[in-house]
Amino acid sequence: MGSLEEAVEGLKKFLSDKDDVAVAQIEKLITGLKKTDLNECDPVKRILEGFQHFKINKFDKYPELYKKLAEGQWPKFLVFACSDSRVCPSHILDFQPGEAFMVRNIANMVPAFDKLKYSGVGAAIEYAVSVLEVQNILVIGHSRCGGIKRLMTHPEDNSTPFDFIDEWVKIGLPAKVKVQAEFGDLPLEDQCKHCEKESVKLSLCNLETYPYVQMGLANKKLRLMGGYYDFVHGKFELLEFEPHFHHLFST
Amino acid sequence: MATLSPSSFTKNFNSSIDFPITSFQTFAIFGPKLKTEQTHFRLSTSFKTGSPLELKAMKEPPGLTQKLDKNRLDRLAESENGCDLFEDLKHRFLRFKKHKFEENLGHFQNLAEGQAPKFMIIACADSRVCPSVILGFQPGEAFMVRNVANLVPPFESGPSETNAALEFAVNSLKVENILVIGHSRCGGIRALMSMQDEVDSSFIRSWVIVGKNARLNTKSAASHLGFDQQCRHCEKESVDHSLLNLLTYPWIEQKVAKGELSVHGGYYDFVDCTFEKWTLDYKGSNFGKNSRLPVKNRFYWC
Repeated sequence: MGSLEEAVEGLKKFLSDKDDVAVAQIEKLITGLKKTDLNECDPVKRILEGFQHFKINKFDKYPELYKKLAEGQWPKFLVFACSDSRVCPSHILDFQPGEAFMVRNIANMVPAFDKLKYSGVGAAIEYAVSVLEVQNILVIGHSRCGGIKRLMTHPEDNSTPFDFIDEWVKIGLPAKVKVQAEFGDLPLEDQCKHCEKESVKLSLCNLETYPYVQMGLANKKLRLMGGYYDFVHGKFELLEFEPHFHHLFST
Repeated sequence: MATLSPSSFTKNFNSSIDFPITSFQTFAIFGPKLKTEQTHFRLSTSFKTGSPLELKAMKEPPGLTQKLDKNRLDRLAESENGCDLFEDLKHRFLRFKKHKFEENLGHFQNLAEGQAPKFMIIACADSRVCPSVILGFQPGEAFMVRNVANLVPPFESGPSETNAALEFAVNSLKVENILVIGHSRCGGIRALMSMQDEVDSSFIRSWVIVGKNARLNTKSAASHLGFDQQCRHCEKESVDHSLLNLLTYPWIEQKVAKGELSVHGGYYDFVDCTFEKWTLDYKGSNFGKNSRLPVKNRFYWC
């Protein structure tokens, strides 16, 4: 707190300057500093205030809705999003309680169906599709994804391997290979951006390998979508994934 | 035999151009299992980013300022017309962009350079318990893992999505707090408590078995209670076991021992709208797998 006050006081000295542009910039800086400082507060206090705000402004205001939700959930969406603190779909797509069954993991990845591995993801898909009968699965990638960057740079950068992260992001290896083949001459930042999108497409393809997803698609009860949130430019892209199965033979 | 044809996602969305539903892109499937299939991407509506407008601070999403009832939930995506769904998502994003992103542009520009969240949250994927909603976490505040029944597998279980996220949050982002949040009427915990001994090949079973110690403790401590009450007991017991499992990660235990990282449990009851929170009281050598979890700073908010 002491250092924040000193910084704010220091900046205020420049406010006497007659340059309007500079004054506006300095005021913006002061506001920004104060906002950042909200993060410094006691975690218990932070959680309590957040919960109180929710209770007063949402739960108590809409009792019928929350009473219904207490009885069960009927979300229309299963959403896969990155664990990144900046990309929660409840913010960027305004999902309200009850609307989206939400899985969040590093780089919003969906591994291919494998009974022996990644049962966490499998359990979420199985539960959402077979039990909750969601109608839409949305995989959302995002800009400047740390997980995708790790995928694109390791092990070529000779950095120390992580215990678990590297094994996880390997799911995206086919996307990395594709991007390096097509865009290998571009700077790393651009390659990463391409891989962030390519990885979403890969995850959508991997979703198709789950039997309950295949059934949902075949019965036209399930729709797959990919999204990309660019928080650098404030943009969102959405695309629909339409699998097309060729019937090859019958026996 | 269907052929694979590689392609790339080339359509860019430009803020000044509105693309109607246009082209089909063929996309190659990865992996030998899917050689017989081709897929097509259909580009749906673009998102006009538009120019910044005169902004008013918005306390709640506009959808909730109307008299909300279950019909709104039903209306979303029940429409036979897929375009309604896309339009709805588009408008949701544009609302966020207008009322949050552009209103706090400096803050979001800072965030774009990097994240420094103080919290890592492990919460259930249940649609009713998003921590951004119930605890008001704003962009940049909380690195979040959401899985079925908010479980944390122990270190010895090997690589998983949850511990990859733990490794990133603790060792790269250096979060100061980990909070595991359980909740009422958890379907995953119910599945754990309902499991019979016969072989069941479902993913749900393979995953929730991570919480088997919580189930054992519940069965021994709460067998006199009805099944619903046992599930409730297990929901909280499972959070405690997840906190113990967190300490099986050497890099977590080291930081907790040094006081650089605090580990907390939480429980959200959406029937009564209450929140409990407790903090692991780590004192080193007294920890063992079979000991009760020592806690401090237990709060109950209602």
